[in-house]
Amino acid sequence: MPVMTYREAISEALMIEMDRDETTIIMGEDVAGGAGGSSGERDNQSGIFGTYPQFHARYGENRFIDTPISEAAIVGAAAGAALGGLRPVVEIMFADFIGYCLDQIMNQSAKFRYMFGGTARTPMVLRTAYGAGLSAAAQHSQAIYPIITHIPGVKVVVPSKPADVKGLMLTAMRDDDPVIFFDHKALFGVSGEVPEGDEGIPFGVASVSREGDDCTVVALGRMVHFAETVVDGLADDGITCDVVDPRTTSPLDEDAILASVEKTGRLVLVDESTPRCSVASDISAMVAQKGFDFLDAPIEMVTSAHSPVPFAPNLEQEFLPSTDEIEAAIRRTLDY
Amino acid sequence: MQLSRDELLRAYRQMKTIREFEDRLHEEIPKGQIPGFTHLYSGQEAIAVGVCENLNDSDAITSTHRGHGHCIAKGCDVKGMMAEIFGRATGLCGGKGGSMHIADLTKGMLGANGIVGGGPPIAMGAGIAFRNRGKGEVAVALAGDGSCNSGPVFEAMNMAVMLNLPVIFVFENNGYSEQTAPAYAVGGGKTDMVRRAEGFGMPAAKGDGTDFFQVYEMFGEAAERARSGGGPTALEFECLRFFGHFEGDPQRYRAKGEVEDARENLDCLKNFRAKVTEAALLDAADLDAIDAEVLQLIDEAVEEAMAAPFPDPSEVTKNVYISY
Repeated sequence: MPVMTYREAISEALMIEMDRDETTIIMGEDVAGGAGGSSGERDNQSGIFGTYPQFHARYGENRFIDTPISEAAIVGAAAGAALGGLRPVVEIMFADFIGYCLDQIMNQSAKFRYMFGGTARTPMVLRTAYGAGLSAAAQHSQAIYPIITHIPGVKVVVPSKPADVKGLMLTAMRDDDPVIFFDHKALFGVSGEVPEGDEGIPFGVASVSREGDDCTVVALGRMVHFAETVVDGLADDGITCDVVDPRTTSPLDEDAILASVEKTGRLVLVDESTPRCSVASDISAMVAQKGFDFLDAPIEMVTSAHSPVPFAPNLEQEFLPSTDEIEAAIRRTLDY
Repeated sequence: MQLSRDELLRAYRQMKTIREFEDRLHEEIPKGQIPGFTHLYSGQEAIAVGVCENLNDSDAITSTHRGHGHCIAKGCDVKGMMAEIFGRATGLCGGKGGSMHIADLTKGMLGANGIVGGGPPIAMGAGIAFRNRGKGEVAVALAGDGSCNSGPVFEAMNMAVMLNLPVIFVFENNGYSEQTAPAYAVGGGKTDMVRRAEGFGMPAAKGDGTDFFQVYEMFGEAAERARSGGGPTALEFECLRFFGHFEGDPQRYRAKGEVEDARENLDCLKNFRAKVTEAALLDAADLDAIDAEVLQLIDEAVEEAMAAPFPDPSEVTKNVYISY
């Protein structure tokens, strides 16, 4: 199986669908870059995270559109273009900027289908980069997928591995509902095996990357890598855990989580978002309601702090979940 | 005037239908059978109809919270609209949208919109689809004077210009942004509303929104330019709202006699009737016949809406997604 980076996996999925379906377009700030610049060169930066190599040359102005810095118009344009018969993928460079365009997600595209009595089809994907770890500070680091997960009418993807990024992006681009796709900006360079071909990964199906008997660790995005590191280390002490990555927070694979908790009797949730109304608290409530009898210990949540994301590297590390905290949480469930 | 007799009759029928639809709602709402918030369009009919008589089903419009007129002008089924406003299963949106969210995508009506300034970015996006398709379709953002102070509208206008999209921004200046006048809320004064669009680099003009013929011609010119690749235009039409911002609005912000004066002197239907009969284009009898037919239609619409069932409770979670 070929090995590629998370970044390359995104590019490959985007290219597969752009090549396959002429109605697919991509729009965003600096996606090609260089328009109107003094060098006259387009496409030489491949987008701010390098996910669009040579896309401008390949797909042209009408299908690969550099936009002004106008988030509300970008997402509104996606909603309107989708109603108009296209399949737009738009990039909101940093997830924090969703503050500028939340209306077009929350009040417009998410609701067309329902408000219009089931007549609308809004096939759009909003790609955005989230997450802390790069000292990008309070307005360029947030893990805000719980805010979006809260909204009925959108689907939410939070992938952790290159193979998932490719398969889930293919599914997102073929889906007829609005999909918000959160890429972790600290994962773009991470490599992994990625299947060839153009098979999508269905939404609402968790991936179980480690299997064990003692504890279930549910983690998302970059936290999956943290969880795997911890779980691999605990094996030396004879402790084995499931690592369950839901991959999509909406829809959520409740069955996979409950099945794992039924087997292990213990649950640790690792979520990079801040704790209140987080994916961790949501899953915790779900398991408390539906899996109470499975539990041999209180559910543990390892989340970021209830604070803005700090700038100083030591503070940012303090803010984020750590492998030490994850390990301590697992051990607490075992010691209970 | 290039409109044929049939076209004139149709335009009158559309305007009259909007007027009677809204006037009837104004009577029905206090009776308590209509849930929620309703914003009536009476007084502005010439704008919706003057615009939409230039459009086909394959062209798109976005609308506002005051959207009934736009829906009727764009061809939405009147009975389906009435049932929707009454919250019934037979409504155009199955009773899930209501007054502020009526849509009929098969007619190019991309939705009334409860968010001021929500529509123009969507119209601009439809413009991208139309530009790429290359069949000469146009997208129209029907917006109010209130939205001319909304950032996403500016963003949409700028993007429409820089991407040279077939989009027309129509600002209906009915004298009140909800309950506050543009004379107060528009920096630079109310006369400068459409000049803002000009600043984005598109042709912009202002006209009399109570004169169907002026709206029809000004919009027709803008639509022609957009269809032939000439890019966006902004138009502002002045008019006066006959009712409040919402039904139940005490309207203490309006001077006594303002509405009476508007009904007397700025009524687009009276204006239209006078013009076409004085020019002997249509007979009063032609128009009277339409009046009677429209009244009949509205009566039936209300009767059928009230007789229709409410949506089945199982509908509450249906159509949130296409698949989930």
